[in-house]
Amino acid sequence: MIQFDFSTIAFFVFAVLTLGGALGVVTNRNLFRGTIWLMVSLFGVAGLYVLLSAPFLAAVQVLVYIGAIAILFTFAVMLTRSLTRLNVRYTRLWPSALGAVLLFAMLVIGVIWPVFGGNELYNQPISDVVRTTTDLGVALVSGEGYVLPFEVASILLTGAMIGAIVIARDADEEEMEQ
Amino acid sequence: MRIPRFVWIIGGLILLAAVLVGGLLVTISLVTTMFDPNAIDPGAVIKCSTSSGCSTIYPIIYSLILVVVILTGFAYTTLWERKLLAWIQHRVGPNRTGPAGLLQPLADAIKLIFKEDVIPDQVDKVVYYLAPVLKVVPVLIIVAVIPFGPDILVPWFDGNWYQVPLAVADINVGVLYLLGVTSLATYGMVLAGWGSNNKYATIGGLRASAQMISYELSLGLAMAVPVIIAGSMSLGDIVDAQRNIWQWFVFQNPLAAGILVLTLFAEVSRAPFDLTEAEQELTAGYMTEYSGMKFAMFMMAEYVGMIAVSVIAVSMFFGGYHIIPVDNVPILGPLFLILKVFIALSLFIWVRATLPRIRYDRLMALGWKVLLPLSLVAVAWTSIAVVLGEETQSSTAYGIVSLIFFVVIVVGGFLFLRGENQDADTAQDPVDLMNDPVVTGEPRSIGWVLLNLIGGLIAVPFLMVKALLTLLEGLGSAGGEAPTSDELAIEPVEPAGD
Amino acid sequence: MTLQAFAPIGVLIIIALIIGVIILMISRVFGPHNPSFRKNAPYESGMKPIGPGTRRMPVKFYLVAVLFIIFDVEVIFFMPWAVAMRDLGVYGLIVMGVFTLILVVGFIYEWKKGALEWE
Repeated sequence: MIQFDFSTIAFFVFAVLTLGGALGVVTNRNLFRGTIWLMVSLFGVAGLYVLLSAPFLAAVQVLVYIGAIAILFTFAVMLTRSLTRLNVRYTRLWPSALGAVLLFAMLVIGVIWPVFGGNELYNQPISDVVRTTTDLGVALVSGEGYVLPFEVASILLTGAMIGAIVIARDADEEEMEQ
Repeated sequence: MRIPRFVWIIGGLILLAAVLVGGLLVTISLVTTMFDPNAIDPGAVIKCSTSSGCSTIYPIIYSLILVVVILTGFAYTTLWERKLLAWIQHRVGPNRTGPAGLLQPLADAIKLIFKEDVIPDQVDKVVYYLAPVLKVVPVLIIVAVIPFGPDILVPWFDGNWYQVPLAVADINVGVLYLLGVTSLATYGMVLAGWGSNNKYATIGGLRASAQMISYELSLGLAMAVPVIIAGSMSLGDIVDAQRNIWQWFVFQNPLAAGILVLTLFAEVSRAPFDLTEAEQELTAGYMTEYSGMKFAMFMMAEYVGMIAVSVIAVSMFFGGYHIIPVDNVPILGPLFLILKVFIALSLFIWVRATLPRIRYDRLMALGWKVLLPLSLVAVAWTSIAVVLGEETQSSTAYGIVSLIFFVVIVVGGFLFLRGENQDADTAQDPVDLMNDPVVTGEPRSIGWVLLNLIGGLIAVPFLMVKALLTLLEGLGSAGGEAPTSDELAIEPVEPAGD
Repeated sequence: MTLQAFAPIGVLIIIALIIGVIILMISRVFGPHNPSFRKNAPYESGMKPIGPGTRRMPVKFYLVAVLFIIFDVEVIFFMPWAVAMRDLGVYGLIVMGVFTLILVVGFIYEWKKGALEWE
């Protein structure tokens, strides 16, 4: 069975944080509290990255997701002030909820359990070869590595920057006209 | 019954004497045992990370000691700030409470504990209570990855000597951990601003967080420079690469050190970037609706942040716990670090007493338009120097390239600052206020020049393409004149049979 | 395993959280409790609050946040390259230079478009 050592306890804690935070995001009526739960959930994901021996990814998760994207969400929620006090109840979503649950069940039974369930993959130890950040740096830049996606990522980021400026300038001009 | 003052003085002196003598005895005994690590039987030395008992108990003990030391340091930093500010301003700081004012932090704490806990109505209670916690916890945990000294040997009750590291956790992504925790601290400001049901507080919180995130980019890039030089993101390695005073990174890239110090000033909202604090004195700011211990927590976050940030800056550029290599006398490590942090804190206070506050739009312009390009230049400087040093396998090449960059930047900065003064001096119309750059707010700084430089560099290929096209066009029309608009005008047809 | 190295950080986080909560509760326990209307009203320099609760936030804060995300990701990409710099040599420098150049072009665009003004 599952041996209760430190990493298992840590896994359960982080899994509860992730799933509980996600549940908090979708069930909370107050959008602002929803963003706080989002932060909790992302913190749980960062913890899971640590358990997978990827401390670089964990730090990136905290730095980018929690430190930048969650703040962006918070600013967006503050832009639309009235959404923090929603009191509308939607009662017509039960068919779609049922469909989502069925789809999820099909996914688990049909795809996830055969591939990841069963004893062979469950009992494999975590690989001893721990890739360090130096390896990541070399892989990002080297020819047989990921240099092309790396450069394309920069173009993507620049495109996102220009798009944000275009959208924000339009919104700003609308505000100034009013 | 009033306790007469001389009782306070004598009691304080006795306490001070006891602490000093006790500390001296402890230090002497520790130094004599740790001075010569060979005096201890190497077989009885156990590395702490290998022993399961030690690796569970030691982090708890060390974390507790660290938190207590930091909180005490915070308390006496408030006192030191008030004293130093007073001395710079030609007055005397607190000197009534206890001998020479040494019990002032205690008095402040007691006062704040017994203040009423006012909760404004219609606030979101969860957010309102969460914000101070979210501001205090990141600054307390940020020093987790910084080593305070080399490994020391600690005797334990089972007769063994344990070799313990003086860091909570020296992870190998230490620099990213620092950046990530700094980003978390901005979240506390946003929540504090939003949680108070006060529109000034909300906007104050937004402005404060926008200020912090603008300076975090330059912080990240300035922190990349020690990573490049040391070749590792672990702070233990970065400090170890600065053993001797001539190896300190500040001498290898002073631009990055300057940028780091400036951005760290902005990150803790400390003068001259303390608009958020000034808003307290004026009307509002994200801390308005907080009273009692919650307000104390915000102040605590600020001062503990100052201490933590000093430790970071000292470790990354100024040698950490080494002034001379302290491997033989491990107890000197924390002492040197405390000395350097004390000097850094005095620098913080001195700057606060001297410089005026920067206006908000100038602050954002500084962060985006000046510091970000400059930090890119700093990273480029170090990377080119390191690569050239590696390629030629000589450290003199590294030194020469660094020197070239240093001269370029110093001369460039000097020229532009002098150019600004000349613009102001040779103004044609001294009463012409409309074109005065100070009035119009038009930025004329290094960033402006860099923009022209980079734009010019990028324009060069485009200009070449354009020249090529013009050339091709010229070649294409070599057979005849290109028709001008006159010739394309409709002309009367000449009658045939001329 | 790197997990063992991270455990002390978890301990420190828990200790810091406990201390934070204790300090938060101290004032509740020890202080007086006399809420009144004027004490609890939002503070506006001592006047009665004018206007609606909150106004809309200007868009430029959102723009600053978006630009921050993009440059934050760029700084993230700098870090593994910085660690491996000594092994990568001139080739790595050129690759990272192209990456930075493209982002600098975007930065100049946003500068010229005035997205960094009036902050």
